[in-house]
Amino acid sequence: MKQAEIDQQTTCFHCGNDCADERIELDEKVFCCNGCREVYSILSQSGLCSYYAYNLHPGVNQAKAGKRLDYLKEPSIIRQLIDYSDEKFTTVTFYIPDIHCSSCIWLLEHLNKINRAIYHSRVDFLRKQVNIRYATQLTTLHEVVALLDQIGYEPLISLQDVVKKQAFDKKDNLVKKIAVAGFCFGNVMLLSFPEYLGISAYEQSFRQFFGLLNLAFCLPVVLYSGREYFQSAWTNLKNKVLNIDFPLALGIAVLFIRTAVEVLAHTGAGFADTLCGLVFFLLVGKFVQRKTYYHLSFERDYRSFFPVAVQVIDGETERPVPLSDIQVGQRILIRNNEIIPADAILLKGDAHVDFSFVTGESVPVNKVLGEVVYAGGRQTGEAIELEVVKPVSQSYLTRLWNNEAFTRSQENRVQTFSEKISKYFTIVLLLIAFGSFFLWLPFDLPRAISVFTAVLIIACPCALALSTPFTMSAALSIFDKNFFYLKNTAVVEQLAHIDTIVLDKTGTITISGDTAIAAHITASDTEKQMIYSVCANSTHPLSRLICQYLNNYAKLNTNSYYEVPGRGIIADIDGHFVKVGSAKFIDATQQEDSSAKKTEVHISIDEKYIGYFTIQQHYRDGVNAVQSLSSAYRLYLLSGDHGHERESLSSVFSMDDMFFDRTPQEKLDFIKQLQQNGHKVMMIGDGLNDAGALKQSDLGIAITDNVNNFSPGSDAILDGRALKKLPVFLKFSKDALHVVYISFCISLTYNVVGLSYAVSGKLSPLIAAILMPLSTFTIISFTSLDTHLVAKQRKLI
Amino acid sequence: MSIIYFLIGCSVLLALVFLGAFFWAQRNGQHDDLYTPSVRILLDDEPEETEPKK
Repeated sequence: MKQAEIDQQTTCFHCGNDCADERIELDEKVFCCNGCREVYSILSQSGLCSYYAYNLHPGVNQAKAGKRLDYLKEPSIIRQLIDYSDEKFTTVTFYIPDIHCSSCIWLLEHLNKINRAIYHSRVDFLRKQVNIRYATQLTTLHEVVALLDQIGYEPLISLQDVVKKQAFDKKDNLVKKIAVAGFCFGNVMLLSFPEYLGISAYEQSFRQFFGLLNLAFCLPVVLYSGREYFQSAWTNLKNKVLNIDFPLALGIAVLFIRTAVEVLAHTGAGFADTLCGLVFFLLVGKFVQRKTYYHLSFERDYRSFFPVAVQVIDGETERPVPLSDIQVGQRILIRNNEIIPADAILLKGDAHVDFSFVTGESVPVNKVLGEVVYAGGRQTGEAIELEVVKPVSQSYLTRLWNNEAFTRSQENRVQTFSEKISKYFTIVLLLIAFGSFFLWLPFDLPRAISVFTAVLIIACPCALALSTPFTMSAALSIFDKNFFYLKNTAVVEQLAHIDTIVLDKTGTITISGDTAIAAHITASDTEKQMIYSVCANSTHPLSRLICQYLNNYAKLNTNSYYEVPGRGIIADIDGHFVKVGSAKFIDATQQEDSSAKKTEVHISIDEKYIGYFTIQQHYRDGVNAVQSLSSAYRLYLLSGDHGHERESLSSVFSMDDMFFDRTPQEKLDFIKQLQQNGHKVMMIGDGLNDAGALKQSDLGIAITDNVNNFSPGSDAILDGRALKKLPVFLKFSKDALHVVYISFCISLTYNVVGLSYAVSGKLSPLIAAILMPLSTFTIISFTSLDTHLVAKQRKLI
Repeated sequence: MSIIYFLIGCSVLLALVFLGAFFWAQRNGQHDDLYTPSVRILLDDEPEETEPKK
């Protein structure tokens, strides 16, 4: 009990973070930072404290610095962001990644209590969107966003609002088509019962009536719900491709024609229920296959990484300018943590630019005045002024997007199993149909036609068409539960065919900006000062880390300085002979516990061994799991960073398979090279520098610590926590493919049984009506159950 | 037995009304967000501010 109380006292009331260092109190509640307290005070003043009643610590930590929102006053930018506006009210939809619980919904739907000008706000939880309508006269977009920012729900505003666009793309009326097909299917089944149960001789007029009604119900099914199958079969036929849609369309057409003929000629009841059922199940299969992650986007490019606007200095004044209007020669102002949007020359200020996301370099780069700073870097430190030398669309980074890899369609990817098999299936089907037709022809023409149509009806690959969607969508939802989000069901099959894996370093297997440095030295202050002075001369990442570690020393005078690339530094500081470098370079004899994943820097002053620094990159948990893949897959490391971690990574990758200092273009070319040698390549990366390689590879996986953050365009998004499960994911994708194979065999068995009836000319509508749903249900239940069973064996659920 | 014609007519008509209702709901955006309402219904209404406090 007491423990719990203490716990309550030391965690922030707003966000639940530990506030051991600092305690900020208000209304007897403790907050970890001023940001959190600020949110609380706004909410308590507006009487919105129920926010804290629904969930414990519903807030998101507010310690991060506020962003500049001035650009939201520019009319040209406002116009791009709002959905609708007139004199009375304006509607706008924001994407807010921080929406995560019921308290969020409650608060965002009560914005009206804080700002009366907001008439209406409605949250879509899965899409993480809020739709706001406010009085145009009384408030502005800037105020609304500032309010959201103040209460801790900063909307993500970017040039390419893909997530919002996604919602509008999916309107192809599939649900309506299913509704129509289902409606007709139900009615036709009901009206077919008398036919199967037997109608007495004096009620023959009913038979005709029911038959005509059935035919009427078939019309919308064929003409509306099933139309896309005809369209798809036709376009594929024109391109000389036989895909699964061709036998399906053929089956639908034959079913309809034979039903119409039988009903109108009073020769039988036709196959109306089989027809409606077929189309209905096929459409359901299509629906299941389509899984959408509303909050994820797989198509992001550089535009959603860059800010919407940038501060331009115009003589004395500065104003925000939309990124697309930035011109060469303009002076721009970049503050701490802002992204440099275009290639520019540094004019003023101390630039420490973090390029880890763009080039993979793990350490911020120091730029001197007059030097060109490439777009995409993030300034850390004071505000800097730059002059734009290239427009945004022509910058070093964005040029990558002009590569053909970004414009080509995805057609050269691995053909799916059902695509491959359906070609042969169609040919065999047509052979059997025509064969039996010509076998019967000499004896009995009507019989021959009836057998011909019966074969096409019974062999219609409904179950085959359903086995892949149901298996893969079950697999997709299992991956989803394990924080691995696939773009569509075809990606599961691609995953199973991979034989080569290429990984990026910074951000993918290391966590950028998270480096632990520890000193094991026995040195006086003057000696430390000497070490600092030596390292300050060097641009080597390790030297810079040591400088950061010993940052409160003044630099001493360097008399002579010599750097041996890749080994170390020899320098003369105030008459003292200082050596900094690898153990071999220093001749260090004290080789203590040199674990494989540590980089060590040894130091000696005047030939006296002082000690060493250990520098440990923070690796993700999954690195060992990645290593276990090396037996079954070819592993490559492809990094934009310098090779100073080569040694520490040799436990995971073999020495020859690590490549450093690669530009984004070289990464893309490397993947292409592997593909040309016949490999199926999977690329795992996180940054913009990997975007080209991700696109070029057979399967690009973007890894991220927060799925709502920017991730480059890819086929799949992997949460950093799940990297350790990668080997299991790969095995499971193969299992899923096996399930498809087995279900294909099952559906083929049904087809053979049905064909034996059809070829002998004994197919009655009743048999078709039983066989079709039976095979469908077998396939659906088998694939879903077996996929889950396999997932359980792999411990994924 | 000719009542069957009338009854089937009625049943089809009724089913068509339901289909129409489904189309209307679809067009109206009632199926756009299938999750949030399930959370929203659990949130209490605020007591009216104008109510006199006792």
